[in-house]
Amino acid sequence: MSWFKRKTKGITTTTQDKKDTPRGLWYKSPTGKIVDAEELEKNFYVSPEDGYHVRIGSKEYFEILFDDNKFKELDANLESKDPLKFEDTKKYPERLKAAQEKTKLKDAVRCAVGKSKGKDLVVACMDFAFIGGSMGSVVGEKIVRAADYALKKKIPFMIISKSGGARMMEAALSLMQLAKTSVKLAQLADAGIPYISLCTDPTTGGTTASFAMLGDINIAEPGALIGFAGPRVVKDTTGQDLPEGFQTSEFLLEHGFLDFIVLRKELKKRVNQYIDLITNQPLRA
Amino acid sequence: MEYLEFELPIKELEEQLQKCRLIGEESEVDVTETCSQIEKKLKQAKTDIYKNLTSWQRVQLSRHPNRPYTMDYIKAICGETFLELHGDRSFKDDKAMIGGLGKIGDQSYMFIGQQKGYNTKTRQYRNFGMANPEGYRKALRLMKSAEKFGIPVVTLLDTPGAYPGLEAEERGQGEAIARNILEMTRLKVPIITVIIGEGASGGALGIGVGDKVLMLENTWYSVISPESCSSILWRSWEYKEQAAEALKLTAKDMKKLKMVDEIIKEPLGGAHRDREQTFAIVSNAISKSYESLKNLSPKELVENRMNKYLEMGVFKG
Repeated sequence: MSWFKRKTKGITTTTQDKKDTPRGLWYKSPTGKIVDAEELEKNFYVSPEDGYHVRIGSKEYFEILFDDNKFKELDANLESKDPLKFEDTKKYPERLKAAQEKTKLKDAVRCAVGKSKGKDLVVACMDFAFIGGSMGSVVGEKIVRAADYALKKKIPFMIISKSGGARMMEAALSLMQLAKTSVKLAQLADAGIPYISLCTDPTTGGTTASFAMLGDINIAEPGALIGFAGPRVVKDTTGQDLPEGFQTSEFLLEHGFLDFIVLRKELKKRVNQYIDLITNQPLRA
Repeated sequence: MEYLEFELPIKELEEQLQKCRLIGEESEVDVTETCSQIEKKLKQAKTDIYKNLTSWQRVQLSRHPNRPYTMDYIKAICGETFLELHGDRSFKDDKAMIGGLGKIGDQSYMFIGQQKGYNTKTRQYRNFGMANPEGYRKALRLMKSAEKFGIPVVTLLDTPGAYPGLEAEERGQGEAIARNILEMTRLKVPIITVIIGEGASGGALGIGVGDKVLMLENTWYSVISPESCSSILWRSWEYKEQAAEALKLTAKDMKKLKMVDEIIKEPLGGAHRDREQTFAIVSNAISKSYESLKNLSPKELVENRMNKYLEMGVFKG
């Protein structure tokens, strides 16, 4: 009977000799479902097994929203400076450089104009990968300029929020971006141009306290974390256990702060449906 | 009077002076010379200490337990004319955010501000000056009411932040602050904002968008408190002094970066050392600001305000 017994005990393969699957072929969702990466991409980066909306960036959202992935990027070259000479454990310019190298992005938002279902749409989309999608001067300025483009050309405007909040390394300058972006949104509102806010995972802090909550409609992807104070801060402050589903999209919908929750694969359709309805135009197919 | 750690030399001298005077009263000894010498020393110590305050020391002064709060200012400035108004008309009356009408000279103003308490009981009652969404909505209601009747708005900022509570999140803390900021950018009456204590992040800016933003000398204004900044970036509470420096949160820094319009000088040693003088200075600053705004048309006013905020930010490219 020794033919099925191990001759030597334990696993003897050295770590170097282990045959790992190449990275990026599979994706594991938080519920533990394994999805083929290619299949995930085809499914709008939503796990077909459990509907989990994987965090994606501006590249993917532009691909989803613009016809044939054709768009013109606006103000692509704006970059952050270091007006406060901010230094904690690292200097701010070093952090910026590291983030730029890692993400191949200039800062935490990209703005573009292009056709969505045949009509122009201006989209400002945040990238969480860049210092937590934090909002500094560049994010504020790019959003303002994109909104101004929409204002001048009378094109509907959309912001996709994905941010941990303000960029601490720009301190009060970052805080003032809340007011700065709100100025342009007020002008858009006065001009009667629709503004759609899409909240994605996560939308917290300064973004929630400004443009993310100021849409003519506020919509969100399922299961996204949306809140002003982060859940850990709320828990530490109140000492209370947080109810299940606290600060999720579903929670916000229930409490009256979202118009609806949208599946990523229906995003393009729903956004354009709203635009056609609110501007009293025939519905596009 | 309570003393901060760096004020201890002042405390010592003040106690000496008191003792010296007492001796003079109780005995026949002539203490005039000794007393005047201590007085001289005290004056010198005060000048030296308050001349070179670090950012963190200013943060400490802004939180001094004897520092005047919003209601102290309003009562001193408006006296009997002040009429407090309550409620957001949809949920409740937030005790951390107060407001009402009052006069300076012949002019009516709508005053709004966060309110802190002065002892354990009132601190709790005022929720430590941390407003809930209903507080911001109450503030907006009062601003809209002022706009309707052409009454200028004065906001007094003093908060460690908007309340990060469970119910606050349920009722849309972010939305309430966002709505206020947006509406303040286009409000058709003058808005004068005075930072009288702590100006912490969105909780402060939620009533802080103004045509004239004035900052008292010993206050701070930033996106986060030095303590929280330290805990996030240094992963420890120990670096609050460094964080305070790094955040450039003092009145001087904020003026230099053009995020506030004017610095209001405080009496030597801080607002709490001479409250009456502080109230008079702030009252004058408000009137002066209003004088510079009152002849602008609503359109000019809003345009100037919007342009001011659109200018904020530093970037390249």
